[in-house]
Amino acid sequence: MKVNVLAFGIAKEIFGASSITVELAESSVADLKTSLEKSFPKLKALASYLVAVNNEYAGDDLLLDIRDEVAIIPPVSGG
Amino acid sequence: MNTEIKISNQALEVQQCIDWVMTPESGGIDVFIGTVRNATKGKQVVRLEFEAYEPMALKEMEKIATQAFEKWPVQKLLVYHRVGVLDVGEIPVIIAVSCAHRDAAFEACRFVIDTLKQTVPIWKKEVFEDGETWVAAHP
Repeated sequence: MKVNVLAFGIAKEIFGASSITVELAESSVADLKTSLEKSFPKLKALASYLVAVNNEYAGDDLLLDIRDEVAIIPPVSGG
Repeated sequence: MNTEIKISNQALEVQQCIDWVMTPESGGIDVFIGTVRNATKGKQVVRLEFEAYEPMALKEMEKIATQAFEKWPVQKLLVYHRVGVLDVGEIPVIIAVSCAHRDAAFEACRFVIDTLKQTVPIWKKEVFEDGETWVAAHP
């Protein structure tokens, strides 16, 4: 399935775009991370990063739906 | 729960925030004002650029406010965060808390800014004379 992934901060620079489309065979958050790290190895150099699904931080086991709003959240640094 | 939460690309006004949290029942108001510092680790900072995942950031800020009201007898709570390009001395964040007594105001204010820095999806890029860095991105 195809998932649209939003990117912010340094993730936007790593992807070279504010959103990308990822084709996934398996649809968990962990699968998405594996796929993204293969395409964009620089993700692995980050201190950490999280995936948000529908505006909530998501665990690796969560299964993605095609209608979900998915975003990559690199280490936050507000304030 | 009496909260005011905003992400804005306009300059934040401190007095307006104090006025909003003030109530006749308040005995103390605690205000945290984040400001753009001119240097990081000895390197001169030219400007900061803030970016937010706005719908999620607002949701996370609401969660922090809810927790603050659960933990302390807070009367009113305001959380404003700026986005866009900020020069040295400008204000990226204001937290204002009113309570009947000062201890709760101090503690709640500290909790809100500390938690905001950990959980709210907002990012800052430091721009130096000779380069730029997304803060906290790399170990």
